[in-house]
Amino acid sequence: MIQAMSLSKRFGSIEAARDVSFVARDGEITGLLGANGAGKSTCLRMLYGVLAPDKGRACIDGIDIRGETSQARAHLGVLPHAAGLYNNLTARENIRYFGSLHGMTAQRLTARTAELSRALAMDEFIERRAKGFSQGQRIKVALARALVHDPGNIVLDEPTNGLDVMAIRNLREMLLALKGQGRCVLFSSHVMQEVAALCDRVVIIGRGRVLADATVQAIRERSGAATLEEAFLQVLGDTEGVA
Amino acid sequence: MRTLLVVFCKEFLENLRDRRTLLSALLFGPLFGPILFGVMVSRMLEQSVVESDVPLKVTISGSGHASGLTQYLKARGVKLAEKELSENEARAAVRGGTAQVVLLVPEEYPQLFSAAKPAPVLLFADSADSQTRKLADRARGILGAYASSIAQLRLEMRGVSPLLSLPLTVNEVDVATPTGRAVVVLGFMTYFVLFALLMGGLYLAIDSTAGERERGSLEALLSLPVSRSALVGGKILATCAYMCISLALSLTAFVCVFRFVPLERVGMSANLGFETALIFFAICLPFVPLGATLMTLVASFTRTYREAQTYLTTVLLVPTLPIAFASIYSLKTKSSLMFIPSLSQHLLMTSVLKDEPIVLADILVSAAASLGLALVLFVLTARHWRRESMLG
Repeated sequence: MIQAMSLSKRFGSIEAARDVSFVARDGEITGLLGANGAGKSTCLRMLYGVLAPDKGRACIDGIDIRGETSQARAHLGVLPHAAGLYNNLTARENIRYFGSLHGMTAQRLTARTAELSRALAMDEFIERRAKGFSQGQRIKVALARALVHDPGNIVLDEPTNGLDVMAIRNLREMLLALKGQGRCVLFSSHVMQEVAALCDRVVIIGRGRVLADATVQAIRERSGAATLEEAFLQVLGDTEGVA
Repeated sequence: MRTLLVVFCKEFLENLRDRRTLLSALLFGPLFGPILFGVMVSRMLEQSVVESDVPLKVTISGSGHASGLTQYLKARGVKLAEKELSENEARAAVRGGTAQVVLLVPEEYPQLFSAAKPAPVLLFADSADSQTRKLADRARGILGAYASSIAQLRLEMRGVSPLLSLPLTVNEVDVATPTGRAVVVLGFMTYFVLFALLMGGLYLAIDSTAGERERGSLEALLSLPVSRSALVGGKILATCAYMCISLALSLTAFVCVFRFVPLERVGMSANLGFETALIFFAICLPFVPLGATLMTLVASFTRTYREAQTYLTTVLLVPTLPIAFASIYSLKTKSSLMFIPSLSQHLLMTSVLKDEPIVLADILVSAAASLGLALVLFVLTARHWRRESMLG
């Protein structure tokens, strides 16, 4: 479970997040929807502890990310916006590197990598160097890297960016599988259809604030709009460009 | 500690597979210096040897006016080319390069010479050309010798002891040892050694910081439950490893190159065997972490590979400043100078080359100063890595 509690963050005169609170529950996929520059990345970065909030707290399974960073991060897998790989390392080495840094033993790493390779269908390229990987292969390796320590929670920042239709579809299946395993999945996106198709709950963010936090169904009902798109646009006040 | 090791191993392995790093660390850096240096020095030495062996060629005009002088020149092995030239023609010939040195004997020469009055001769040469300047110097020397032998003859003929015209005999005693003389030439070597040392870690320092940011792997790395100090420490350690390899290769290359440089032919000997190379390695070793932290710190502030490269090229010049300063002011090894990194290594290596005794305390102070500064830079680097702005 991931909890954001009144998170606020300023960069100079820009208020990137203001009093952001929401909960992403286990066994659910939570979508963070907002236009480019709405503050999604800032919120996620505060959740995985690379940015310190000016105010508020973020907890992973009830552990404060700023207070006990290491313990909290052990429960958390992160796929940041830029999820680059080391091109001179093989897919396996990329995954093992992160696992080693998580303090995993060689034995457990071998078992876990095999497990992930099978689950994400990476056997074909697991021993190949990352140079020349397709976007779809890259996202698989990056996801495996984020999941290597078997975390109960996973945060993904715009994971579908730059992916083709097939890769997006694969990713969607992977996220659903994670949900099926009872994990808490939180991902951000500016693509409405993506969020609508995948999420149990949606948190809509605009200008650094939470504009709505409910199930897709509830948002539609509350706004009284006929289609999802109209509902989203109403919530966003029709000014933010959500695709 | 474990993080440090994991990061070190990964960076070491990853860069071992990177052609750019390998070329600069293991080929370009360590070999470029010694080879260039070997070629340069042997050219210089060959020239100085060859010059005194080759007969001097002088174009002479009006040799008929001075048969004694002409014979003397021939007797001294000067190759004379006789050609009648006016003053202007002689000037044009030297300027145009058809003749390097022209000796012009004017018409009034025999008259003045037999009257025992100063007889003029004109020597044309281009002093802006270092090659002909040397030839002119040699011609001037031979002419001077002729003049003084004539002067002595004239005194003797008048019943005066020629010794009266020699109030002083100056005997120069050159105390430079053969090794000492070579140091002038080998002085540049220390620069090449420090250059190779830094080159070895240059690309790794860039790749593990700006490269990590540019390829987008940094944020994932920073969101791991590991200490940032250990993270950057492992990176610096890997950089150090490559620098050590580069340093060792560079020194080995120098030892090999100097086997083929004909230093003995000009009466010099280079005190540069494998033992000296080992001492050099020990002297330079404390400079390795300093260079690595300095390059990593600077590269940590940059966003792209290209930007990092630009700044680090400047950083490569920093250690040369004290060395340049030292050669301008011809500084000698002094304990007070051991506090300045790069300069202290330069001076210590030069002392070893000169076969001078070395104080152990100097080596220790030099090492402590470099390592101390490295520690300060490491603390600054680790602090920078803990900042939010590191995300970029």
